[in-house]
Amino acid sequence: MNLRRIGTSLIAPAIGLAVSIGATALILIAIGANVITIFSSMWTYGTSPRAMTLMLNLATVYFLSALAVSIGFKMNLFNIGVNGQYILGSLAAAVVASNLQLPKVISITLTILTAMFVGAAWAGIAAWLKVARGVSEVISTIMLNFIAIGIISYLIVRTSIGTETSVNIRGTKLIPESGMLRGSAFIDPGTKVYGFFIISIFVGIAYWFLLNRTRFGFDLRATGKSATAARTSGVQSTRMIVTAMLLSGAIAGLVGLPYLLGQTGSYNLQFPTEWGFIGIAIALLGRNNPLGIAVGAIFVAFLDVSSGQLVLEGVPREISTIMQGLIVIVVVISYEVVRRNQVKSEQRNVAKALAKQEVSA
Amino acid sequence: MTYLKSRRFIGAAFTAITMLSITRTITSNGDLTSTVTIAQALVFASPIALAGLAGIWAERAGVINIGLEGMMILGTFGAGWAGWQWGAWAGVLAGIVFGAIGGLLLAVATVTFGVDQIIAGTAINLLALGTTKFLAILLFTNAPGGGQAQSPPIKGEIPVFTVDSIVTPLSALHEEGIFFVSDLAGLVAGLFYNMSLLTIITVLLFVMTGYVLWKTAIGLRLRSAGENPWAADSLGVKVVQYKYAAVVFSGMLAGLGGAYLSIASTIYRNGNTAGRGYIGLATMIFGDWRPGGTAAGAMMFGYIDTLRLIDSGNQNVKGLILLGAIILLAIGAWMLRSAKRNAAIGFLLLASVMVGAYFSATSFPPEVAQVAPYITTLLVLATASQNLRPPAADGVPYRKGEDH
Amino acid sequence: MSESSVAVELQGIWKRFPGVIANSNINLKVTAGTIHAIVGENGAGKSTLMKILYGMQKADEGTISIHGTSLVFNSPADAIAAGIGMVHQHFMLADNFTVLENIILGSEPKSGGKLDFAKARELISDIAAENGLAVDPDVLVGKLGVGDRQRIEILKVLYRGAQILILDEPTAVLVPHEVEELFNTLRDLKKQGFTVIFISHKLDEVLSIADEITVIRQGTTVGSVNPHTEKVSARDLAEMMVGNELPTPQSVGNTIQDKVVLTVENLSVRATGGKAVVDGVSFKIRAGEILGIAGVEGNGQAEILNALMGIESSTGRVQFLEEDISKKSTRHRRDLGIGFIPEDRQRQALLLEAPLWENRMLGHQTKAPNAKGFWLNPRGAKADTKRIVAEYDVRTPSIDVNASALSGGNQQKLIVGREMSGNPKLLIAAHPTRGVDVGAQAAIWDHIRNARQAGLAVLLISADLDELIGLSDSIKVLLRGKFVTDADPATVTPQELGTAMTGAGKAA
Repeated sequence: MNLRRIGTSLIAPAIGLAVSIGATALILIAIGANVITIFSSMWTYGTSPRAMTLMLNLATVYFLSALAVSIGFKMNLFNIGVNGQYILGSLAAAVVASNLQLPKVISITLTILTAMFVGAAWAGIAAWLKVARGVSEVISTIMLNFIAIGIISYLIVRTSIGTETSVNIRGTKLIPESGMLRGSAFIDPGTKVYGFFIISIFVGIAYWFLLNRTRFGFDLRATGKSATAARTSGVQSTRMIVTAMLLSGAIAGLVGLPYLLGQTGSYNLQFPTEWGFIGIAIALLGRNNPLGIAVGAIFVAFLDVSSGQLVLEGVPREISTIMQGLIVIVVVISYEVVRRNQVKSEQRNVAKALAKQEVSA
Repeated sequence: MTYLKSRRFIGAAFTAITMLSITRTITSNGDLTSTVTIAQALVFASPIALAGLAGIWAERAGVINIGLEGMMILGTFGAGWAGWQWGAWAGVLAGIVFGAIGGLLLAVATVTFGVDQIIAGTAINLLALGTTKFLAILLFTNAPGGGQAQSPPIKGEIPVFTVDSIVTPLSALHEEGIFFVSDLAGLVAGLFYNMSLLTIITVLLFVMTGYVLWKTAIGLRLRSAGENPWAADSLGVKVVQYKYAAVVFSGMLAGLGGAYLSIASTIYRNGNTAGRGYIGLATMIFGDWRPGGTAAGAMMFGYIDTLRLIDSGNQNVKGLILLGAIILLAIGAWMLRSAKRNAAIGFLLLASVMVGAYFSATSFPPEVAQVAPYITTLLVLATASQNLRPPAADGVPYRKGEDH
Repeated sequence: MSESSVAVELQGIWKRFPGVIANSNINLKVTAGTIHAIVGENGAGKSTLMKILYGMQKADEGTISIHGTSLVFNSPADAIAAGIGMVHQHFMLADNFTVLENIILGSEPKSGGKLDFAKARELISDIAAENGLAVDPDVLVGKLGVGDRQRIEILKVLYRGAQILILDEPTAVLVPHEVEELFNTLRDLKKQGFTVIFISHKLDEVLSIADEITVIRQGTTVGSVNPHTEKVSARDLAEMMVGNELPTPQSVGNTIQDKVVLTVENLSVRATGGKAVVDGVSFKIRAGEILGIAGVEGNGQAEILNALMGIESSTGRVQFLEEDISKKSTRHRRDLGIGFIPEDRQRQALLLEAPLWENRMLGHQTKAPNAKGFWLNPRGAKADTKRIVAEYDVRTPSIDVNASALSGGNQQKLIVGREMSGNPKLLIAAHPTRGVDVGAQAAIWDHIRNARQAGLAVLLISADLDELIGLSDSIKVLLRGKFVTDADPATVTPQELGTAMTGAGKAA
């Protein structure tokens, strides 16, 4: 089974990639840019050591974001609120970390726990609204995103949490070096790969184990496949929804940490706030599977980093966002088509195989 | 049945005006119900209302349209792009067409290919966001008056009407500050002041929707696609065609809502929609998937948006909080009566917090106003979601000939 | 004899689906103005045939003639135009629409651009009056009971001018007096000149209403009989349906022990609206005992099972061995050793898009061999799945295929094997051999009987009266949520049981 299944699950992303490259090429042609030059300069730059480092760093962030989203997806829960969860988590983490003067391991652990706790709590609001009041988590998490932005703006601009960290920039106090995770420059001597990169690999492994090797993971996947069957098998749907959302929020809380602990050391209003949406796209691309998500994260990060080159050629770098959007649409459609074919062909194959068995028996 | 409905409407309107009046009297803030405020509220309400209406058309046919935000974004962009070159009406047309394209994409993905509707909608939002950002940089950076993230100003305007014979006397009545009567006067005057043609079109669309969906055969068939498409199919209704038409029309309405936004702000700007597509969905749920309730919900949001924006002395927000507290008190009391104890306690608690905040603080930070619409959405959904039911087959993937 | 025209003639109908031949060379002749029944086992191909006649499916080969004219149906609209109307087994009604809206959908009377509600109302009350079908057009269908809904379905087809009515398993969900009302309606329709085609597997009913009966077995027509002119019994029909001697599960002596495994006291389940679907039911099952519940579908059986498993809320007391489990969760009950074979296997008992070995774990993911504490044990589950596949004769090329790839019968065998594993103390089984071929049916009965010998207590619900009588140690008859009578399997006949189930012979 394994080889064929892997093969069929690669068809959809392959189609998505092909369509998106094709469409991008068309757009480039339409605006009068030289397709070959552009693609090759993107590739050359993208495979340079510095770019690869930047790519790994970005991929770490995307990976965590997509993991957070996909726990929910596995259960047909749509956590669109990763943005709000991680910015609040990062702010809280920055505040906590900047007030600690402890050995690195303890400091980092506390920072991580803070971020996870805050992220989970924020997601918990949406979870409670869903199970207690029937509110769709799609809308509630999006609303919570906007509310989170407001809270952060208030805390940084109008309370003592924010200070002038440099000219015209207000943010949290700087985190001391003992609390940072700057990483090491093992690919390119001038740029470091975030220390959190290693941690995120562990998160990914833990995620896989949780989902595929624990009873809880089985319950979660079963609920996503058939809520009725799961209920009959003993799963309590309310408890599952809340737990899944809390877990999703907890992982979401981590999304800002690679950047916070690896580079800036302070949370300010320039902190990127859109990493949650990219996580949704990558979760869809990677089919909610840690390996697929990792590949997807690396791919999207590659696009993002190498598209910086495009500006030099007079092409807006946002073309990579169009590529991403296109890939997502085409891939989700292809997945659906492939899935339906798979079900039918499996039925046919089983019937054939059984007929053969009868003949030879 | 219609008699009952209008009775309920009058009752709701009466309650709303009373609460507004109480708030205004306590805060002595005439802005709360002035002509200008109400007129502006209509302008802010319309895009949200159009989004909600778009949601109704799609969901009544059984397709959840999370992509409303994306279609609205496409609409804002279309209006900015066509508007600055060829005038406001061209902008409106372009906005509708761009929104329709988004709708078509959603229809293809969900109806033909059976992709999960929420996933497809989310994907469309992503695509719309990226595409408009890209095109904005490409097309607007070097245009006169434009920039990387916004278009040049839209040429021309949509005609605007004021009926002086109604507005002047009623505004004067509003200044008198008489309980209830003045507020009612201000409300009515607001409807006839600076009324844009687009707003009138919006109102007409609402009326049209109510008529078509509930009084014609086409409407019955479209709604049957959302209630039980297999039954409809067994009776010869072309379910797939109705779903397509509904979703594309939904996109057109959302696009129109986006165009309205751009025209009202005179430019296209990245992020102008600020979640209004989703707020529109919330008004649709609040309105029980019917035009009347949706319009009411949109009006409420428009009102909140307005107060926030014309808040000169940060006083409006205080008034809003008090008003919100009063409403929550009312809801809490009503829930107690229907024996929903836990929810009632939650609402009453929140109400008392808000009352306390009102009396203790002199002013509120602007962020409170900024997040007010979103918190309101959550509260609205928390109250309404449990008791209202979407069309029976809403969100269910439909394939011709397949058993369910 | 006057020339009676042939209303419907199907000749040489073939229909294939991936992996199975649904209809092979079917021939059917229906005389106009008669009630013609089509009988056959589950999966024999009756529904497919009727879907072809109604234009919902297209035959691969063969012809359809209506009143002598050969026609091709590309959609239900074509069939409707030819005067055919179908009343589906699973009603096709929109709960949130009124009766009126449901009836006129797709054929709405219009005036100008507007829907002419007044005209619709008039048409419907005319048709209703003519055929004795009373309805209130403005009621929401969601509020109506089963008998009323069926009447609306009939009105739907009459409204569209149907002359030929197809009814697919119409009595499957009716209680006895509703069945009588339906049959009266059908007799009225026959008098008015309508032709009725009636699909059923309830042989007693078919014999009482039909003018002609066609038997279908494994996708092909076996033969036709006329009960007015030929002497034919339900048993004769059953043998035509099955093709060989019916297996009769025989009970083998007394295995009942003293220990009481399940005690149920005053169990009640209320539907939304307050009506008691299960009304104060009490019973005890001892180790080694099989208690059978007989009843027409829809009398509360499904709700009793759901309540016992903790899936539906109920009042009353449920005690398992020494423990009061009335308020305990489903998982807790399963962990105590209760196995459950639910009625709707695809929705309640399987994850269709998961491989067989994961389905093996479903419902049992808290214990060996599927799990060791917090962790799952895929190797253990896979090995055990292979054992179940072998022991219960599940036809599959491997345990890694998705459950959706298996036929219904094989899915059922897997489920039975799964629930019987792990030495349950109580097995709650709804229609355990539904859709299973005859040979495997006997094997499953053997498994159950062996387990009973070892002390398993069983609560058995089945529409197969032979199975019920053959396996049970005692039988209770369920009617409208209450137990109305007991039956002794050693002496009761299927006919007597069927009579008790339908409430016939009792004062209403």
